[in-house]
Amino acid sequence: MKLIRSILDKQEKHFLKGGKLEKFFPLYEAVDTFLYTPAAPTRTASHVRDLMDLKRMMMTVVIALIPAVLMAVYNTGLQANLGMEELGLISSNHWQARVIEWLGIGFDPSNILGNMAFGALYFLPVYLVTIAVGGFWEVLFAIVRKHEVNEGFLVTSLLFPLILPPNIPYWQVALGISFGVVIGKEVFGGVGMNILNPALTARAFLFFAYPAEISGDKVWVAVDGLSRATALAQFADSTMEVTYSWMDAFLGFIPGSMGETSALACLIGAVILIATKVGSWKIMLSVVIGMLATSLGLNAIGSATNPMFNLAPYWHFVIGGFAFGTVFMATDPVSASMTEQGKYVYGFLIGFFTVLVRVVNPAFPEGVMLAILFMNVFAPIIDKYFINQNIKRRLARNGV
Amino acid sequence: MLEHYLSLFVKSVFIENMALAFFLGMCTFIAVSKRVETAVGLGIAVVVVQTITLPMNNLIYHNVLKEGALAAIGLGNLDLTFLGLITYIGVIAAMVQILEMALDKYVPKLYNALGIFLPLITVNCAILGGSLFMVERDYIFSESVVFGLGSGTGFAVAIIALAGVREKMKYSNVPAGLRGLGITFITVGLMAIAFMLFSGIQL
Repeated sequence: MKLIRSILDKQEKHFLKGGKLEKFFPLYEAVDTFLYTPAAPTRTASHVRDLMDLKRMMMTVVIALIPAVLMAVYNTGLQANLGMEELGLISSNHWQARVIEWLGIGFDPSNILGNMAFGALYFLPVYLVTIAVGGFWEVLFAIVRKHEVNEGFLVTSLLFPLILPPNIPYWQVALGISFGVVIGKEVFGGVGMNILNPALTARAFLFFAYPAEISGDKVWVAVDGLSRATALAQFADSTMEVTYSWMDAFLGFIPGSMGETSALACLIGAVILIATKVGSWKIMLSVVIGMLATSLGLNAIGSATNPMFNLAPYWHFVIGGFAFGTVFMATDPVSASMTEQGKYVYGFLIGFFTVLVRVVNPAFPEGVMLAILFMNVFAPIIDKYFINQNIKRRLARNGV
Repeated sequence: MLEHYLSLFVKSVFIENMALAFFLGMCTFIAVSKRVETAVGLGIAVVVVQTITLPMNNLIYHNVLKEGALAAIGLGNLDLTFLGLITYIGVIAAMVQILEMALDKYVPKLYNALGIFLPLITVNCAILGGSLFMVERDYIFSESVVFGLGSGTGFAVAIIALAGVREKMKYSNVPAGLRGLGITFITVGLMAIAFMLFSGIQL
């Protein structure tokens, strides 16, 4: 450790004002503060000292995401192996399959480590592309606009691969994260100043620009030519039989975007986020309440032609990206409502719109992504309303 | 029957939002969305004007302009639909003027609050667009009332949301070249992506 410290200290002078690498100070700063606690003290008046700085906050989210990542890696491999078994394939033409063959692991769905290795070969490249391309934009903007490289990107770059299907072309990953980071965040000034969640903006962009690679029945399992509908699609189509059990959907052994299938992993993440007070329990709770109220209401209305009307709330909870969106996307502190009462309204409406889109919008099987983006747009006006109410109440209390 | 009007209302507010699905009325949408208070004022003005002018134009279309509408006075083969554009914009301008005078006399408070936005609405393409949609979709009178109310409300919802976002963006560090209109256009584009939530709902 001393060695790294001394190397960093020796190089520091090049990056300070007047040094030859002055322009690249944000890069140096990022490496330094990533490895060590910053030593710079505050110089002006009162300052609240708290261990919970932005860096720690973002790292907590990353830790809370670990269960989801592990499930993503495992389930992607499992689904691919199951799919190959179903089609009777001994191998597939993906390079990932060749690596597995070369390692001599084989394609056995009951081999846990084999599934992990196979899934990792799908997940990691997508993650690396996200980090490399998104990181490039982050650093470019940090250097040109002279702000620091922020850890917020660590969260965005981990969230984004988790909400993509396993077989997504890498150039689309690169394009999507570029849109998310540049248009979704950096043109507004960087972390903390954006209006929409950057990871969701990136996915929404891909969803509307290249629907073939991110929707339908053929993309959710990493085997070519295998058509396997997600649970949501099966419920929505009355001619299709639902082939997944509730337990499978809860644990995450169903096809879907890589990291969103497991409600259990999201619950573990939720516990971590709530215990550390990083994620707002008010938002999570009200999203779930909104979902419960809406789906129970629609259950009561019922419909003879649309089977989604009759889908019970406990199914809504485990299928699609509901759990993942609720825990990790809706609670994004930048784009969510800031006021305490506003959080309830914001969360409730996310749950409401999610179920509404799932049930009555035939264009999209899943509504979590767009429901959260939609409420991101309305979060400032909700806040404004409650702030104005507060001002009014205080004026009345003081008899002005 | 009620269900039909309810779904028409929901459709015109959210699914076929004038501002964020058709991008009509962009000039006022972007110019008057800097502050929430003024955006609310303009939103109300649009709702009022839209709800009055659409049924008016509907009556004129069905009783005067439409082919065969003048059959009662012996002009059965007359088709005046080519006069549509100029008639509708004339009706809108006249209605706005009358409304302005009426407000000035009876509700000066609201008149002062709306200020310049009322005359501005005359040239708002969302209003004219509403009339043209009404003709194209062949709405009957009662439908045009609901559509007017709905499309006006949709515009109001969108402009108030944009104003909220823009007030929040005061604290954003937008690159110098994008400040003002540039970032607003990007914001409107992102908002339109979020409004895609409703696209495809069949009512």
